[in-house]
Amino acid sequence: MRDVSVIGVGQTPVGEHWDRSLRDLAVEAIAEARRDAGVDRVDALYVGNMLSGELAGQENVATLVADAAGLLPKEALKIEAACASGGAVLRAAYLAVACGAHDYVLAVGVEKMTDVLTDGVTAALALAADADYEAAHGITFAALNAILMRRYMHEHRASHEDFAPFSINAHRNAALNPCAMYRQPITLEDFIRSPIVADPINILDSAGISDGAAALLVCPASEARRARRPPVRITGSACATDTLGLAERTDPLVWQAVADSARLACGQAKLKPKDIDLFELHDAFTIVSVLSLEACGFADRGSALKLAAEGRIALEGDIPICTLGGLKGRGHPVGASGTYQLVETALQLRGEAGPAQVKGASIGMAQSVGGSGSVAITHILQV
Amino acid sequence: MELPRYHRLRGPYYRLEGRACPGCSRRFVPPRSVCPTCKSGGLRPFAFCGRATLYSWSHVLQPARGFASMAPYTVGMVRLEEGPLVSAQLADADGVELAVGMPLEMVTRKIRDADEHGYIVYGYKFRPLLMATRPRP
Ligand SMILES: [Zn+2]
Repeated sequence: MRDVSVIGVGQTPVGEHWDRSLRDLAVEAIAEARRDAGVDRVDALYVGNMLSGELAGQENVATLVADAAGLLPKEALKIEAACASGGAVLRAAYLAVACGAHDYVLAVGVEKMTDVLTDGVTAALALAADADYEAAHGITFAALNAILMRRYMHEHRASHEDFAPFSINAHRNAALNPCAMYRQPITLEDFIRSPIVADPINILDSAGISDGAAALLVCPASEARRARRPPVRITGSACATDTLGLAERTDPLVWQAVADSARLACGQAKLKPKDIDLFELHDAFTIVSVLSLEACGFADRGSALKLAAEGRIALEGDIPICTLGGLKGRGHPVGASGTYQLVETALQLRGEAGPAQVKGASIGMAQSVGGSGSVAITHILQV
Repeated sequence: MELPRYHRLRGPYYRLEGRACPGCSRRFVPPRSVCPTCKSGGLRPFAFCGRATLYSWSHVLQPARGFASMAPYTVGMVRLEEGPLVSAQLADADGVELAVGMPLEMVTRKIRDADEHGYIVYGYKFRPLLMATRPRP
């Protein structure tokens, strides 16, 4: 296996792009990543996307993007792993370069969600759950997470308010990110008064429906010095799976796939969680941040809320998360979110995160989760 | 829901039919063909008794397409007497103060709005056990 580096990154602002299609967004992110790298060569294009068929009536989306971006006749494939599609697409690009099949591979995540009304998006997102035994019973994605959250509150005697620091942190950091969708800071009062989606989960517990695309260009580490910008090495890349149905786990509050993918990625990089300078985790709901921090070893079981309450997840804390807003503050264009996390991690490590810069960051971890913890993909990036 | 798919699901949906592992005696619903614990195949049909306790729940205020007429409705995860957890809607839960661990029983109810095919999908739900039949402490 060859070492692999990220040599170019690009992203569109996340938002409700009424006047732009899935292909427009993907093309913009790709163009920016290629410009950023200053390298023309592309051998293959992998497109991370979850819902183009359901929300845009379009499959064969990798060919569509390759065509629109002027990359024909190169290899182009869609990579899908529910909300973890963005992490999965970098993993596919990483594997292709590491094994020597290709040298220069573009990984772009793209999602276009705002053409469809909320009940349609809610139904589409539930496609990541078990169709016959969760979604068909009206158990929405928010409801699955709400069930987890209530159980967590029961087992650890926590209140709903205790989850507020995650949302407040995400919004505070998003305000520093020009590409973020929700750039207004929020208060504890705002969190408490936010309308309920599926109790106890409210709107400010939940990452919002949005459009966006983010891209990374990777190549063998040995050739990365050709790039215009400092290369970022991928020192860990791992994927793990768990039962599709949340109820089929021995303990639904233990996210084993998340734990396994983090442990494998850390093992490859020969690192421990305490070595990580920043962690872009999959904060689709505040409870997911809690379960991820505990599964990955940043907090003991039942103690992630304390970590947040003590400010340790802030930019100046010992384990900053969602440094450019996370899914909550930046926005969650589902199949693209993983690539946003990775682009943001790379920018942090290059020292280009502006006012959201984590001082001295040299090791970052980015983790995408699909379904209710049923698939997790973790990458470790280093400079 | 497509008619053949609904037909395939009638055992679990109407009667909570699952599988039992001959290797380690674990029971499953939804049915599985391979036991994830001991990797045995040849799992046998197993009918659950329908008694359960409440693991956790949520009132859904923002329903998915196909459930608008039922909103707000309550969903939960329940622990079946035989061991497994199941996700389901809770029935007859209006005005009932729900609590982790409370006893429930399975009932068969309409589980979603009639879709474009026009027929009604029935399936299991769990309701708080009626006071009269609740075991005395
Ligand atoms: Zn077994």
